[in-house]
Amino acid sequence: MSTTFLAPRLVDYWLTVAKRTWKGTVVSSFVVPFLYIVAMGVLLGGFVHAGPAKLDGATSYLAFVAPGMVAAQSMTTVFGEVTYPVMGMIKWHRVYYSMIATPLSVRDVVLAQLGFIAFRVGLVAAVFMSVMGAFGVFSSVWGVLVAWLVQVLIGIAFAAPIFGFSAGLKDESAFSLIFRLGMIPLFLFSGAFFPVSNLGPALEWFARLTPLWHGVDLTRMLVLGNLDGTTALVHVGYLLGLACLGTWWAVHRLTRRLIT
Amino acid sequence: MSDAQTASGAVPDGSMIHAAGLRKSFGARPESAVEAVKGIDVDVAKGEYFGFLGPNGAGKSSTMRMVAAVSPVTSGTLRILGLDPATDGPEIRSRIGVCPQEDTLDVELSVLDNLTIYGRYFGLPRAEVRERAEELLEFVQLTEKAKAKVDDLSGGMKRRLTIARSLINRPEMLLLDEPTTGLDPQARHVVWDRLFRLKQQGVTLVLTTHYMDEAEQLCDRLVVMDKGLIVADGSPLELIRNHSTREVTELRFGIGEHEHLAPKVEDLAERVEVLPDRLLLYSADGEETLDKVRERGLEPLASLVRRSTLEDVFLRLTGRTLVD
Repeated sequence: MSTTFLAPRLVDYWLTVAKRTWKGTVVSSFVVPFLYIVAMGVLLGGFVHAGPAKLDGATSYLAFVAPGMVAAQSMTTVFGEVTYPVMGMIKWHRVYYSMIATPLSVRDVVLAQLGFIAFRVGLVAAVFMSVMGAFGVFSSVWGVLVAWLVQVLIGIAFAAPIFGFSAGLKDESAFSLIFRLGMIPLFLFSGAFFPVSNLGPALEWFARLTPLWHGVDLTRMLVLGNLDGTTALVHVGYLLGLACLGTWWAVHRLTRRLIT
Repeated sequence: MSDAQTASGAVPDGSMIHAAGLRKSFGARPESAVEAVKGIDVDVAKGEYFGFLGPNGAGKSSTMRMVAAVSPVTSGTLRILGLDPATDGPEIRSRIGVCPQEDTLDVELSVLDNLTIYGRYFGLPRAEVRERAEELLEFVQLTEKAKAKVDDLSGGMKRRLTIARSLINRPEMLLLDEPTTGLDPQARHVVWDRLFRLKQQGVTLVLTTHYMDEAEQLCDRLVVMDKGLIVADGSPLELIRNHSTREVTELRFGIGEHEHLAPKVEDLAERVEVLPDRLLLYSADGEETLDKVRERGLEPLASLVRRSTLEDVFLRLTGRTLVD
């Protein structure tokens, strides 16, 4: 619609939202990873006796599972941000309608919200990764920094298409389905907790097509310091492509919803 | 001046709204499309208080959304502030204020934050927005509530806050979709008073309503809409003069009697309307009409003589009462 980029005008709105929620975010994103790392990485990991050959190059199960969990958490964080809140801003509080009654376009509205989500994922991932650091699973500083950026990419790669999905829904009943049939299977079977080669050839092939596997594998390579350039580029390309297509779709669907 | 091109090119200076043959349909396929606005011509000049009067489903809100540049025109010409909403939407929206029918306030933010954050959408600097927000809170008498959560406000206060919000960009034209629907009488009068004050500041005001008294109180000029078309236009007084009589005599008889009593009084008034609960007799002198009814030996259970209102105009034009 418009050619001017006005999304920065929404910064104050999202800052106010962030001010209201950041304390809760930091506390929960500190406690949850700590519990996960202790339970899965240390205690459950104590039963896992496998070498780097079986753990995609990780020297211990803790080192294997921690980067997987951070990537998986980057995904789960955004599911909550682009389902009920999007529906609420369309239907319940109609906040989007007040935004587009001003010079702002739907594209500005979507981009600003994705910007806020990127900030949130970045915050959650930073806290998770500092907890990980205390357990000594990092191999290099730059690897960790790039891995942190990858978390933001994973977040947007999921947030944008789900935003598009939510924008066209009549009511919220489909959300519990995408949580149960989308988020949880991805969380469990995308290589965060065990190498996907354990799934058997057919399912392994399927798991390698899912966006979370690309995110998990990329994060793990960066954290453990066994980066394969070509594979990494494929991962980044996949996630970037999903983020861009998803953003386009979200703008398209929200426009069709709001501009009638 | 015969073709639309010439007509649209000749928007006079100070024209706030110019619509010619304006239509709006909903639905993707032509055969299943619902036509909400079926070709209307409207012109609103700078500084006017203009109203769209009509029942629910008359096409008022669809028209307002096109005027607010958030709903594409299906066909016909529309110019807002001399600009085309299809190409100049953001510019139009930056110069008008919109007070929607349903509140779109952010209930989790404070009263003041709702104003300041909204002001930022127009690209206004923070200090400027803050200053304007305080002035506007004063204007809508919500200064003491500045720190309150929107959720804790009454319906009337929320509506006043929405009006304040729609003024944050100092709009040249304010659009209000049913500004007092759902408010109690006292709250409505406060809203009317505030809207009336804007007139002195030269703001153009366009509102939709299905309340006669609101249209009579606020509008210099109005159009009556029914089923997507304009069925009459003029000032409230002109409309009453042209489409009704000076006075109306309302007669209530027993339930079910109105239909067969109507012929007995038909010759006593210029026009008689039969409603389920009463007869309306239109004449220049209502008391005289009532006397003549009594002379015929008809004694209504209750009677009332009043001045004609826009409700009578609407009834005359459409054969239906407005609020159904």
